[in-house]
Amino acid sequence: MTKHAPNLKAEKIVGGVHSTQRHDSAHKHVTGTAVYIDDMVEPVGTLHAGLGLSNVAHGIIKSVDLSAVRAAPGVVDVLTYEDVPGVNEISPSYMDDDPVLAEGKVEFHGQPIFCVIAETREQARRAARLAKIEYEELPAVIDIWDLDVATHKQVTTPLTLKRGDAATALASAPRRVKGRMRLGGQDHFYLEGQVSLAIPGEDDEIIVYCSTQGPSETQHMVAHALGVPSHAVTVEVRRMGGGFGGKETQANQCAALAAIAAKKLKRAVKLRLDRDEDMTATGKRHDFAIDYDVGFDDEGRILGIDYTFALRSGFSADLSGPVGDRALFHCDNAYFFPHVHAKSAPLYTNTVSNTAFRGFGGPQGMVGAERVIDEVAFAVGKDPLEIRKLNFYDAMGVKGERNLTPYHQKVEDCIIQRIVAELEESADYAGRRKAIAEFNATSPVVKRGLALTPVKFGISFTKTESNQAGALVHVYTDGSVHMNHGGTEMGQGLHLKVAQVVAEEFQIDLDRVKITATTTAKVPNTSPTAASSGADLNGMAAQDAARQIKERLIDFAAETHQIPREQVVFLPNRVRVGNEEIPFNDLVKQAYMNRVQLSAAGFYKTPKIHWDRAKGRGHAFYYYAYGAACSEVSVDTLTGEYVVERTDILHDTGRSLNKAIDIGQVEGGFIQGMGWLTTEELWWDDKGRLRTHAPSTYKIPLASDRPKVFNVALTDWSEAYEPTVHRSKAVGEPPLPLGLSVLHALSDAIASVADHKICPRLDAPATPERVLMAVERLKAQAGK
Amino acid sequence: MAAAIRNELRFILNDRDVVLTSVAPDMTLLDWLRLSRNLRGTKEGCAEGDCGACTVLVGKRVGDELVYEGVNACIRFMGSLDCCHVVTVEHLAPNEGRLHPVQQAMVDFHGSQCGFCTPGFIMSLYGLWMKSPTPSDFEIEKALQGNLCRCTGYEAIIRSARAISSYGRVAEDPLAKERASIVARLAALDDGARVEIGEGGQRFVVPASVDDLGAVLEAEPKATVVAGSTDVGLWVTKMMRNISPTVFIGGVKELRSMCDEDGVITIGAGVTYSEAFDFLSRRIPALGALIARIGGEQVRNMGTIGGNIANGSPIGDMPPALIALGSTLTLCKGTTRRTIPLEEFFIAYGKQDRQPGEFVESVQVPVPAEGIRYAVHKISKRREEDITATLGAFHLELAGDGTVAAIRIAYGGMAATPKRASAVEAALTGKPWTESTVEAAIPAYEQDFTPLTDMRATAEYRMLAAKNLLRRFYLETSGAEAPVLVSRYAAA
Repeated sequence: MTKHAPNLKAEKIVGGVHSTQRHDSAHKHVTGTAVYIDDMVEPVGTLHAGLGLSNVAHGIIKSVDLSAVRAAPGVVDVLTYEDVPGVNEISPSYMDDDPVLAEGKVEFHGQPIFCVIAETREQARRAARLAKIEYEELPAVIDIWDLDVATHKQVTTPLTLKRGDAATALASAPRRVKGRMRLGGQDHFYLEGQVSLAIPGEDDEIIVYCSTQGPSETQHMVAHALGVPSHAVTVEVRRMGGGFGGKETQANQCAALAAIAAKKLKRAVKLRLDRDEDMTATGKRHDFAIDYDVGFDDEGRILGIDYTFALRSGFSADLSGPVGDRALFHCDNAYFFPHVHAKSAPLYTNTVSNTAFRGFGGPQGMVGAERVIDEVAFAVGKDPLEIRKLNFYDAMGVKGERNLTPYHQKVEDCIIQRIVAELEESADYAGRRKAIAEFNATSPVVKRGLALTPVKFGISFTKTESNQAGALVHVYTDGSVHMNHGGTEMGQGLHLKVAQVVAEEFQIDLDRVKITATTTAKVPNTSPTAASSGADLNGMAAQDAARQIKERLIDFAAETHQIPREQVVFLPNRVRVGNEEIPFNDLVKQAYMNRVQLSAAGFYKTPKIHWDRAKGRGHAFYYYAYGAACSEVSVDTLTGEYVVERTDILHDTGRSLNKAIDIGQVEGGFIQGMGWLTTEELWWDDKGRLRTHAPSTYKIPLASDRPKVFNVALTDWSEAYEPTVHRSKAVGEPPLPLGLSVLHALSDAIASVADHKICPRLDAPATPERVLMAVERLKAQAGK
Repeated sequence: MAAAIRNELRFILNDRDVVLTSVAPDMTLLDWLRLSRNLRGTKEGCAEGDCGACTVLVGKRVGDELVYEGVNACIRFMGSLDCCHVVTVEHLAPNEGRLHPVQQAMVDFHGSQCGFCTPGFIMSLYGLWMKSPTPSDFEIEKALQGNLCRCTGYEAIIRSARAISSYGRVAEDPLAKERASIVARLAALDDGARVEIGEGGQRFVVPASVDDLGAVLEAEPKATVVAGSTDVGLWVTKMMRNISPTVFIGGVKELRSMCDEDGVITIGAGVTYSEAFDFLSRRIPALGALIARIGGEQVRNMGTIGGNIANGSPIGDMPPALIALGSTLTLCKGTTRRTIPLEEFFIAYGKQDRQPGEFVESVQVPVPAEGIRYAVHKISKRREEDITATLGAFHLELAGDGTVAAIRIAYGGMAATPKRASAVEAALTGKPWTESTVEAAIPAYEQDFTPLTDMRATAEYRMLAAKNLLRRFYLETSGAEAPVLVSRYAAA
């Protein structure tokens, strides 16, 4: 029985592409009925796991005494590396450097050494604290600031990008500035922590419900650790309580441990990390030390640049290689560098292994670019916005020569000029620049600052094989549609967008399309939902699946009605077959009766892209997404405290699939980027312990940290240059670096204490402390 | 007269009466809801009262009224719920029927993305809406200080919050309509008895009155006294300390009073920040402004000013502010009371002037007289819901000739206890209140304080910012025209 009565006269379907739709789970979110892994009904006898973590940053494990742990109330078993039946290894880059449980040595404070399995979670947590572990401590490297990139151990092969002759350009440039910047990392702070529930099946089978962005990778890692073929392992996730990159590879450890325990004990096992454990034992956004050397002319046009992007990788490779790569891919942001040399240095440290985080190194590269812009602007005595505009890549359609990236890809779709021009106008940049100067002249304590920063973000995985996706679409005999694809839902509205694409394809109302949990059993070998690619890839794959079924329906209708295929047209909730209009549901039923296959697996791979890492050349990105933000701040020069007075954003999502969802991504991305660069500070003590490991000490933005005035708009005129899914553009990561506008507005306010003559070189995160110390430094330099 | 003893805990959960005879003193409301009642709409995000994903409403009788407040279920112990009404997100739209106005607004204005924080936001907004159906942006933001969202950037949530009243009226809300019957049911549960639950190393007591509390603590001098549990909650969830035997004093009526006599406000040890907020905002506005920056709304709804003093934190936030006002503290042991200057209570790090079996009963706060300049300035990494890096409180009395007749300056975060800046005070006292006097006094900070470096701030920053707070205080008391601080809420 279905309550659905489709409108058979409608001019448009409800919920097609380019229409604003509410999140498909919104009503479940607000009623508390949306089921996350920890909310699932546990099988009878489910056991709970807790982790035993290292309490030294680097050391040889001399002895492990778990007798008290085993004897604790409720404890069923304790796993060590010896209990891993397959390979004790979950390195996503296959570097053999990421054990499930530490074996012989520990390389960071908080590394999991053992895993307690108990009747209750509390019992497991309590027991985990009773271990007696002796270490022979080794020297620990925590910070990267003072490391020599030429000699210090690197966790993976670095990348060098080169175009032209940077050394000569620098040597011959009329002006030249060198500098360094310290740029902090960031914890994902997804509200739902890492969690997995593993349920053993017969033979070698197991199902793992895991809060993961990469079910296929989790599946392969679990299989690897269990020593079974991938076909034995099913990984499923309906939704995550946030991901942001933190559940791309970092979900694997919990999944593997729960699975190992479940298989060993033949009972369901759940492992959910406590917030402190989650922040201590799982990776974060990489912090960087950025060295730059820039040559430019008296106008402020950049002639040559040399960069080193050193990143704190932590103890293993994880994704540090590609994160460093993406920093280099974005070290130009939206600017053309005639001669460029840039290298990454993924440095080994005795800290948790850093990982993917929304932007994946790209924002860090852009921070480097914008610092350089500031340096040039102060050197030539101009407003940084003028320098930005002077150095942009050629606009789309301009047959110029300033369009080649440091990785030799031609920028063909550049619309940053128009975005910046429109934003400058709508935000009244010039008027406010003047008003702020007047305000600052009469305000000795509180200073205001303004900055407008652009974003150009490359869309595609640079790992070419990741740019593929699959989907599975079934049409049932009642005309309802079951949709599945390889992407995961972490709040970004991916399932909704893909469902809109499917609804559009069949021309049926959105509520006829059922969104189902992501599972490796339906769509295999999927890419993680990352690199902003979710809708681009999975939307296309689902469209492909729907089209196959649609083609069969067209064939069927044309044949049975003896008309040309062109006379079969899908209209809203109905199909015109010759002169007749047949409800979609009826056509489907007829097709079934005539034994037409109503299920299809869809597939998509991104065209055009290629990348030769060894040569540093290629068409790394299918296209670019653009945006710009203008922020104004007030800074208290006595304490360094500040507020964001106003932010205006204009962002490009091509022909948006769903404006409400995209606006949400832009607003949320901006605030997350702002948090990264302002109040979110990761602080390790001299023992290598992360001391900001919970919200009491790690401060993400609050509602009251939003800009007082916050105007967010999408470009209503842009469409993807390439034939993307309905000419939309990716929106997950590109808005995050809009937060740079706040860092630069702070910098601008600080600069006012030295009459805008000295580049503040404000490091990030720009906590009130860093702001005050920069104010003091500038005052001292200016002799004030 | 000894109180009657009852060996069961009674409260109402949504629409059901609950009677528990066996519950651990450290059982949190969150775990109980999720694990014992399978109510899994309420989420655990941090287990330390900082993210708000576990927000539920607790209704308690205040006189004839029933007041609902958002609290963090993750650090709320079951023992503190006697005779309360616990409302979870599942109660708002039973059987997933028609959505509640708060829920419908959040759906329509796209206020959820991943949805994990959403039930907590719903409950916080619900609590606000019942108190203030058409709130200002300040009220909304203040109500949401204890709710973290990592996806939306909050803007959509604020848009939802502004729109709630267009979806329905508070008077028609189920909790409003049920109010009389809930009050009656709660009154029926409240027999005025002392509650004692458990035995051995798993015991707790809810005293019936302040005299009963005195008796309980004399018998159990080593008991853990819990008022709001915003600190003790973390001893359990983060440190897994054993807190038994536990004495829950949040319901002791005599400790929940506030009075204002002869220019002295007496605040009972059980008065929460939220209960004190309106009153103090009116009488001593600087304290109201400070309270608005302590914890989030859920923490303020649970946390007490007395608890903030009794736990002896070196940071505060209330102790330095109250010390600068010249407050006194009344302690009670059995039936014996003594009153001491508040600053003398703090002896050393982790050590207070409190005898075994003695408890903090009330704090007496003199309202600054006409002409007194009083200010409190808190500095933290994030402006709201953050633990202080340094906090300075200033109480200045100028003589007719413009000299400093008396000044009290107290800081948090600068030493092992909340502490007066005695050397600075001495350097200012008797001098003309001028910039040069202030500058001449600045070096005295080095005598008064040797702050630490930690994850919140370096020693250098703490010292510099502390000094600059005196400079700010000077500027704001000497008629500076230009702004001397930044504020989200001041007119632009």
